[in-house]
Amino acid sequence: MKREEKITEQLSRDMNNLREMDRRNFMKRIGGGLVIAFSVTDMPLLAGCSPQEDEKRDVNAYLKIGEAGRVTLYTGKVEMGQGPITSLPMMLADELDVAIESVDIIMGDTDICPYDEGTYGSLSTRAFGQVLRATAAEARAILLKMAAGELSTDPNQLQVSNGLVSTISDPAKQVSYAELTKGKAILETVKEKPELKKAAEMKIMGSSRLHVDAELKVTGQAKYSGDIQLPGMMYAKIVRPPSLGAKLISVDTSAAEAIEGVEIVREEDFIVLLHASQDTADYAITRVKTEFEEEIMEVDNDTLHEYLGKNGTEIREIGSGGDPDADIDASGTLFVSEFKDPYIAHAPIENHTATAVFEGDKLNIWASCQTPYSTKEDVAEALGIPQEKVRLNEIFTGGAFGGKIYNPQAIEVARIAKLSEKPIQLVYSREEEFLYDRLRPAALVKIKSGITADGEMVLWDYNIYFGGRRGAKHFYDIPNHRTRNLNPSGESKGHPFYTGAWRAPSNNTNTWARESQIEIMASAAGKDPLQFRLDHLAENQKMTKVLEAGAEKFGWTPAVGPSGRGYGLACGIDAGTYVVVFVEAEVNKSTGHVQVKRAVVSQDLGLVVNPQGVIIQAEGCVIMGLGYTLSEEIEFEGRKMLTRNFDTYTLPQFSWTPQIDVVNIDKQDEPPQGGGEPAIICMGGAVANAIFDATGARLYQLPMTPERVLEAIRAT
Amino acid sequence: MIETIQFEINGSPTQLSLDPNTILMWALRNELSLTGTKFGCGLGFCGSCTVILDNEPVRSCMIPLSDAKGKKLITIEGLSKNGSLHPIQKAFMKNDALQCGYCTPGMIMNAYGLLLKNPEPSRQEVIDGMEDNLCRCGTYGRIIESIQMAGKEMKGGVAV
Ligand code: FES
Ligand code: FES
Repeated sequence: MKREEKITEQLSRDMNNLREMDRRNFMKRIGGGLVIAFSVTDMPLLAGCSPQEDEKRDVNAYLKIGEAGRVTLYTGKVEMGQGPITSLPMMLADELDVAIESVDIIMGDTDICPYDEGTYGSLSTRAFGQVLRATAAEARAILLKMAAGELSTDPNQLQVSNGLVSTISDPAKQVSYAELTKGKAILETVKEKPELKKAAEMKIMGSSRLHVDAELKVTGQAKYSGDIQLPGMMYAKIVRPPSLGAKLISVDTSAAEAIEGVEIVREEDFIVLLHASQDTADYAITRVKTEFEEEIMEVDNDTLHEYLGKNGTEIREIGSGGDPDADIDASGTLFVSEFKDPYIAHAPIENHTATAVFEGDKLNIWASCQTPYSTKEDVAEALGIPQEKVRLNEIFTGGAFGGKIYNPQAIEVARIAKLSEKPIQLVYSREEEFLYDRLRPAALVKIKSGITADGEMVLWDYNIYFGGRRGAKHFYDIPNHRTRNLNPSGESKGHPFYTGAWRAPSNNTNTWARESQIEIMASAAGKDPLQFRLDHLAENQKMTKVLEAGAEKFGWTPAVGPSGRGYGLACGIDAGTYVVVFVEAEVNKSTGHVQVKRAVVSQDLGLVVNPQGVIIQAEGCVIMGLGYTLSEEIEFEGRKMLTRNFDTYTLPQFSWTPQIDVVNIDKQDEPPQGGGEPAIICMGGAVANAIFDATGARLYQLPMTPERVLEAIRAT
Repeated sequence: MIETIQFEINGSPTQLSLDPNTILMWALRNELSLTGTKFGCGLGFCGSCTVILDNEPVRSCMIPLSDAKGKKLITIEGLSKNGSLHPIQKAFMKNDALQCGYCTPGMIMNAYGLLLKNPEPSRQEVIDGMEDNLCRCGTYGRIIESIQMAGKEMKGGVAV
């Protein structure tokens, strides 16, 4: 996987140096005003944030204070529903002391925004946001220095409000940021330790703001990549194989070409049909006759987990302590479980889409993606042209969830634009979206754990096959433990489909398996599942607080499961955030249907920039989490995907919506952590535990469809 | 074969000379540049392409242009009047009932159709009426509140 190698390489690169080239170009393109470029060689302010080892920090930000006093933030981040278009300007305005209304934001335009690794890993606020705050704080300091000169005083005799600097002793002596920067083209690069505002000094951060892009979106004016229309544009359909890895034997495009206006472009096995109407292109592609030789792979839904278990031969130890191979005391009890997770899809409502046109030798692209910069690099490489000759433009993305880190459609549209010498739009069909998605990898988790006669956990041997290691490490007090990832290298290796990062990658699988096993033991020990956890979290005050706050909001009262109430909980750590979800579920014992009636999310995510935004993300996590928990599963045979559309891939619907309450622990003086992913990791475990609490049935396989629930109930 | 098809769109008489079998969604998006109507699944499962055809919400990916002949179409672009937003649009904004926004036009148009028939729906009636419109970002709860809020705001009055 070339692209993966590149990401790995990027991960190890020193990306703390602002690239000279970028900066000069940037100045040329955006013109005068005070421009602050921030580069952090040594990042003390990031010390409190704990990105996973496989994540990377973004550290470059540009902001410009224009002549009219408007402040523009240039960021490589992308708005795909998670809200940075609202929260990043809040961070900037607060630190710079300007009105939020005076801030403009330009996102993901690779010609004018600074390099950015990608919008993923819940890094926008906790890593980039902190850099942005530091940039703004330093910009403020620079402006104060300039103002001190202007007003013949000392910077510490000055105060700022809404971009207006005045002397503390005589507020009539004042000068605005706009006046200070007027007519000058200055570039400052900041490399000092910034002073960030304390919670008590924050005026904007910590107060809720509505989505600033809402009006564009409720009126249909927001532009997504498929909404770009160019003169002379052609719609492309690519000749696709029936399954991944199939080799083209023969192709006959004559019937398609007989349709008026159809054009075919071809480069080896890359065969593309073009038409001025999407509709005709969609029809004409069905007239192309092909013969493929399909790759045989002996695996399907029924044999999947046996297959994963057999092929998980490469082992990576993630953590251990005590003696994980210890024979537990004869008076103790051992629990051995296997948890099975299927492939699931990202399924954003907007499919992978891209529009492209060559203007001279420069390729302009609008692509539905979460990684404009690496997409630009991929496109340039595929076409063999310099990177400066490719521009990814600012555009809204219609949902991504990790599925638009890789953008084959952008590379394809670029190739087609080059071959045809025409403006091209490529919209994946829902079927293509499923087949080429980088699915959440299927996984098998084997756990052997033990408790003493007193209900104390003494053994934890955790093995995840294929799923990935984020969230695999447990955080309970257990003297003898080991956590291993089997077949950890190359997420796609051994899978029949492409696999990748699905919202809180691998943590959904790990948290579900761990939290199910914890409750299996709690029930056997005759303990209330909340108390059982607290008993093993003496060393973990942070998680204890989050559990207690959630329990209070939920109205948890102690009971040994199954209590018949249908209460369940799960806790975990993701993107630096400690999170717990409590749910109440109703299980129909004759149909197996599960209805989650209410959910409480309790989380410690440090500084909350936009409380409303954080609540909305948590709500989204609960709803989306119900999908992988109750219904989502890719159906397949070998490398042929049988799932093609939403008739057989069931997404959560209106009627599933529980009442949702969100509790954010007040930590406004701490660095912000992730908000878009964490809550989703607890949904599988919380609902599985609620089903157990309601019925006494323990499910070991996701999704917990009515059939599986019934089967488990019958087995009790 | 090309046919000239006349209909009314967002209050204006319009005609298109096209193959009458052209899918209405593509005709709206690509011929009339009304790109607020979104493509999501192409087979009637997601509702992101919902428009109003003679007061009925329809999935424009499932019907040919010829079905619009002589009828009145409303798309998301036609909801606001004289620069002022429709109560449903306002309610969506007030409740932050959107994330990526891609499903939003289809949601609003389906809600519009729902409120035409049932001006003050109960929570359950909203759920039943909206059930087959999908939102991957998980904004359902806020959409339900928005639709009820808009219904109250309009007090059963005609929407547009
Ligand atoms: S695109 Fe029409 S229902 Fe999905
Ligand atoms: S807001 Fe993203 S699909 Fe509904």
